[in-house]
Amino acid sequence: MADKPEVVINGIAASPGIAMGRVLVFTRRDISVPFRHLDTGEAEVEKKRLEEAMARAREQLLETRDKVAVDMGESYARIFDAHVMILEDKGSLAQVLEKIEGGYNAEFAFNAVFSKHERLLWEKGDTYIKDRAGDIRDVRRRVLSNLLGARPSRGDLSKIDEPVIVIAHDLSPADTAQMRKEKVMGFATDIGGRTSHTAIMARSLEIPAVVGLNDVTTRTTDGDSVILDGNRGRLIVSPTEETRKKYAEEHERYESFTRGLLRYKDLPATTIDGHNITLSANIELHDEVESVLEHGAQGIGLYRTEFIYIGREGLPTEDEQFLIYKDVASRLAPDPVIIRTMDLGGDKFISSFESPKEINPYLGWRGIRFCLARKDIFKTQLRAILRATPFGDVKVMYPMISSLDELVDANTVLEEAKKELEREGHEFNNQCEVGIMVETPAAVMIARELAPHVSFFSIGSNDLIQYALAADRGNEKVAYLYQPLHPAVLRFIDETIKVGKESGIWVGLCGEMSSDVVCAYVLLGLGIDELSTSPYVVPEIKEKMRSIYFSEAEKIARHVLTLRTASEVEQAVLEKMEKDLPELLL
Amino acid sequence: MIQQKVLVINVKGLHLRAAADVANTAATFESDVWLCKDGVEVDAKSIMGILNLAASMGSEVIVRAEGADEGEAVRAIVALFNAKFNEEA
Repeated sequence: MADKPEVVINGIAASPGIAMGRVLVFTRRDISVPFRHLDTGEAEVEKKRLEEAMARAREQLLETRDKVAVDMGESYARIFDAHVMILEDKGSLAQVLEKIEGGYNAEFAFNAVFSKHERLLWEKGDTYIKDRAGDIRDVRRRVLSNLLGARPSRGDLSKIDEPVIVIAHDLSPADTAQMRKEKVMGFATDIGGRTSHTAIMARSLEIPAVVGLNDVTTRTTDGDSVILDGNRGRLIVSPTEETRKKYAEEHERYESFTRGLLRYKDLPATTIDGHNITLSANIELHDEVESVLEHGAQGIGLYRTEFIYIGREGLPTEDEQFLIYKDVASRLAPDPVIIRTMDLGGDKFISSFESPKEINPYLGWRGIRFCLARKDIFKTQLRAILRATPFGDVKVMYPMISSLDELVDANTVLEEAKKELEREGHEFNNQCEVGIMVETPAAVMIARELAPHVSFFSIGSNDLIQYALAADRGNEKVAYLYQPLHPAVLRFIDETIKVGKESGIWVGLCGEMSSDVVCAYVLLGLGIDELSTSPYVVPEIKEKMRSIYFSEAEKIARHVLTLRTASEVEQAVLEKMEKDLPELLL
Repeated sequence: MIQQKVLVINVKGLHLRAAADVANTAATFESDVWLCKDGVEVDAKSIMGILNLAASMGSEVIVRAEGADEGEAVRAIVALFNAKFNEEA
């Protein structure tokens, strides 16, 4: 039998956990809205129809509201109170009635007014506000299907009778509220962000979810076998036996450990022989701070700030940014927060900006290159970060450094920002630590020259691996070349750590490599000072670190640096772990 | 007529539940109440209007009221903004 090849689709991790099973594609045909001109005297009939459809929508919403209040609590139920308010908004109703009187049928009139609101919200506002367009859409669809007498055909997720992984273009909060953990093992959607109500509710229901997968509905069909990885934000279609096994193990670990692991929350990551490393967390949105604290991370090792810029009208002001950074810094204090200045470009673009289409965006105008070309935008961010420094332990980190000039220039802008703030009488911590992401092979090779200008290095393993091996892991055909344990990668990392030690600065690693137990073991042995992972992985890595000997990790790390291929390295580490620490690989 | 400037200081801005709170509060007053941001003014008693302001964290909003209880109305709504709409963490 010719097996379908394994396909990995990358999206946004919306709710943690791993699910394996069969797909159910949840289609809600886009409601087609009929249009006709009314005959004279018909307007009253249409108004009556609208009134009935809205009354029914109200009942349905209140019913869902009560169900959610019982299942998930009052604060989630309030989402549906707000939906009722949207439904009953007087101004919008007046506009709909006006259109009906102007000779349009109820469906058309209602749809026109509410779609316009949706579009307006979508076009402006930050991620949080944008996701509210989905709330209006939910109300609009409900009224339309009432008007059209449409049964929500396959639209009833509460009727699913066997456990499945639901795949949909989008799910409304009402859809999500109907999901039962026993029947819906996880879900994946084409659109949506981490702050959509759907994602928030999935986290509360503890159903793994991945959103923003673009075209996942067209790439899967009912019954496909998939693995949904809500920790890393990916969906694997037709997984190979090997992948399956790997995930089955991880799934078991995840399930059995999650609860138990939290008891390590307040303990340090210290090996049996007394070696300490710092385990911190990566975040993208400020509401993830809660999760960082819950999982016992010792600070934020990478705060990606792109989301503050993406998907909004205009650039965020200094005050806007300051409030966000201050909030994060004070909630984490006394633990550190490393704020990485925006790394736009690559796969992330700023909507308020004309970003030129690039043939090779990963080698293009991104990271520090963009910042130095637009010093105005860069300085605004640095000023906001500096102003947040009195509220916690804030550190600044520049992305994509590939030359000493870039680092010196960036530091010059930082000094200018400090001078300005001083003149204006703003408070800030003049000793605020500055570091760089080491993610280009060039930065590794000139680390000795860069070190005197910074307080720390943080190895960005995702990009470093991709640049070192010249392999785009998003490209299915070459993804197999993306090997974290490739000797070239390990030697780059070793060199960076060595230079850091000689120069008296600490070296961390943020990237997915740090959440893999085998890789983390090697990194520990190479002498890494800090590992920054997704908050959900922190307890697991901490537990491992607490059950191993640093001296043994060091031995195997030294040994693997002499090996010739990634598979030799992996084999050597696995053998060592199987011998000394069989329980770690369980 | 009374008006007062207020800063959106909660992380999520005037999101769904916050907008609902403002509209509900405004509706308890007899006065007409408006919110104004970047020259756009909306009825503070309408959730849709408030959502359409798309006021995210850090934006400046003017609360304006006119009527018998205008003072109380402005105070109550400004208080909601400053209490970060009683958002859960």
